[in-house]
Amino acid sequence: MDVLEKLTILTDAAKYDAACTSSGGSRTSKKGYIGNTSSSVAGCCHSFSADGRCVTLLKVLMTNCCVYDCKYCVNRRSNDTKRTAFTPRELADLTISFYRRNYIEGLFLSSGVLRSPDYTTELMIQSLRLLREEYRFNGYIHAKAIPGTSPELVEQLGFLADRISVNIELPSESGLKTLAPDKTKQAILAPMRQIQVRGKQNHEEIVKYRHAPKFAPAGQSTQLIVGATADSDYHILRLTQGLYDQYRLKRVFYSAYVPVVEHALLPSKDVKPPLLREHRLYQADWLLRFYGFRAEELLDEQNQDFNPLVDPKCSWALAHLDFFPVEVNTADYEALLRVPGIGVTSARRILTARRAGRLRIEDLRKLGVVMKRAQYFLTASGKRAEGLLFTQDSLLRNLIAVERPQLPQPEMVQLSLFDALATV
Amino acid sequence: MTDMVYYYDGSFEGFLCCVFDSYANKEVLTAIYRDEDLVPTLFASRSILTDREHANRVLRKIVKCSPYTANLLQKCHLTCLPDKEIHMYRVVVKLLKEGPGFLRNFSDETLHPVAAAVRHLNGEAHLLKGFTRFSDFGGVLGGEIEPKNRVLPLLRSHFCARYQGETFFLYDRTHKEVLLYANGKAVIQPLEHFEMAPPDEAEARYRLLWKRFYDTIAIKERYNPKCRQTQMPKRYWNTMTEFQDEDYFKEQNSPADAAAPAVPDGRPAPETRQPPGLSAPGSGI
Repeated sequence: MDVLEKLTILTDAAKYDAACTSSGGSRTSKKGYIGNTSSSVAGCCHSFSADGRCVTLLKVLMTNCCVYDCKYCVNRRSNDTKRTAFTPRELADLTISFYRRNYIEGLFLSSGVLRSPDYTTELMIQSLRLLREEYRFNGYIHAKAIPGTSPELVEQLGFLADRISVNIELPSESGLKTLAPDKTKQAILAPMRQIQVRGKQNHEEIVKYRHAPKFAPAGQSTQLIVGATADSDYHILRLTQGLYDQYRLKRVFYSAYVPVVEHALLPSKDVKPPLLREHRLYQADWLLRFYGFRAEELLDEQNQDFNPLVDPKCSWALAHLDFFPVEVNTADYEALLRVPGIGVTSARRILTARRAGRLRIEDLRKLGVVMKRAQYFLTASGKRAEGLLFTQDSLLRNLIAVERPQLPQPEMVQLSLFDALATV
Repeated sequence: MTDMVYYYDGSFEGFLCCVFDSYANKEVLTAIYRDEDLVPTLFASRSILTDREHANRVLRKIVKCSPYTANLLQKCHLTCLPDKEIHMYRVVVKLLKEGPGFLRNFSDETLHPVAAAVRHLNGEAHLLKGFTRFSDFGGVLGGEIEPKNRVLPLLRSHFCARYQGETFFLYDRTHKEVLLYANGKAVIQPLEHFEMAPPDEAEARYRLLWKRFYDTIAIKERYNPKCRQTQMPKRYWNTMTEFQDEDYFKEQNSPADAAAPAVPDGRPAPETRQPPGLSAPGSGI
């Protein structure tokens, strides 16, 4: 099989993984090596695919052969599909050739489980070592740790990669039991804990010895599948919060479940992937990481799922109207961040701008505040936006109207004369 | 104080000399144009000669008041903001008159157009760090871009660090400039005409591999062209490998490419087509 066909098969099998970021690394270029990791905080996107997701890394599987039989996965043992594997040299050559042409920021290497987790991880380590040592590649590498791999191999992987991730995939243990019977919660969480502890140790080593080798300098991340099981948004968000707090993850990714297989335990094949739900979860994820929200503030036992009509921050604001209006000239940073329509950048700009003089409502737009949302929730020097009249009911209606153009539109249907006649 | 229109040579030093002369002659400027623009005007006008000594004096003064502004102005001079010179001039005048306090306020009416234009420049440079595509011509990397702003000075450090052991060139079609890098030295210089050499066998293969990867990675069920276009506006697609038509992925060995600007023994193509008198390294911007 030639490389083009292998690439097609192994890309097709890897595409459901959501993570494709190159952020978090700050390795400068080294003499005799090619590449560095992007110095900007946001990472660097090299393209966007037809589904609007960014293409940063060469995202492929080492092999799509798999001994596991997870029901939701295209690569499961019982699926009748073409199987293949890259040799380490083919993979290294592809990575370096794509990197030199500036197609990619680095490599994202995942894999099906060939023979055993240890055997597969050894294959991955072999490829990465070839890439780092012989091809002298100094760019970004994201590697997957396979649940059940022995700790020594995870350690070796961590010294070759910038970021490691272990995918949780199913947000609850019961889901795991029914849909992925070969995996256990323990097998997934053990490498996550190991990566966290080892990373912390490594920080101390680097303080003592400046040139100590770095263990996964861009941290670790994970992925949750949304919509394959019946777990609520509240459950997923609390799990996310726990992962950020206890495992110090850099990112949790959500992947709307795309039905690839007909199975009694899974949503049927004509169900559309829950993209809006995924979007709401990402919005809430940002609120946890950058806006100082807690999962319990956004959802609770009574409201287990996000409102599809308005975003989580607006929902929170509507439920806490006594917190508003916020006075932009005096409010502190945390209070500004709670206003819908004010983000991290515009909140910082407000803080510096008001040192130069009092802010007026008309200045806020130039500072990057989204006034169509924010106007209901703030005052500047005690004044609201001119001509703004609203009641509690109309406020909700207005916010829904603001959000509507961004939501998926219902499909247009041509009215049929005969259907109408038939019903008469 | 009289209202005046100044003409200058288009360089950043030239702009600083406009500032110098407006203070020396006690004149208020209503517009600053480049010499080559030849805008007819009813205002009294003056052509400013660039004097390094004067430019340095103005720059030193600006740096003393606010190092941030010096950087902002240098960057703003690379942007495509219409009448950028007069906007920059107003920032300098306000800085010298009132001090640096107003710079904190992003919504300040003098600062905002300049700061917004620089944001646009930075944004475009950031996108092009990803969207630029290189081709391998016998060991030399070459690429083309079509930016609105003059981003090459901002891209220089990024690509030179990333490909420090390589030799490469990057051509800016809009501003007809080229960034050349070899042996750890980088130069930006003007280049009127440039045509990319056709790919050899290996290059055509990697282009095809990339195109295939790009087409495969998209999930059909999530097709969302609007989102893609928001993230990656169509004006960048022209120079990106994945959006080229079939010919781009075919190896070309026609007799025509012997005459075309091919790459002679591993040196960058533009070197062979340079206008005379511009070849001294370090003469760039």
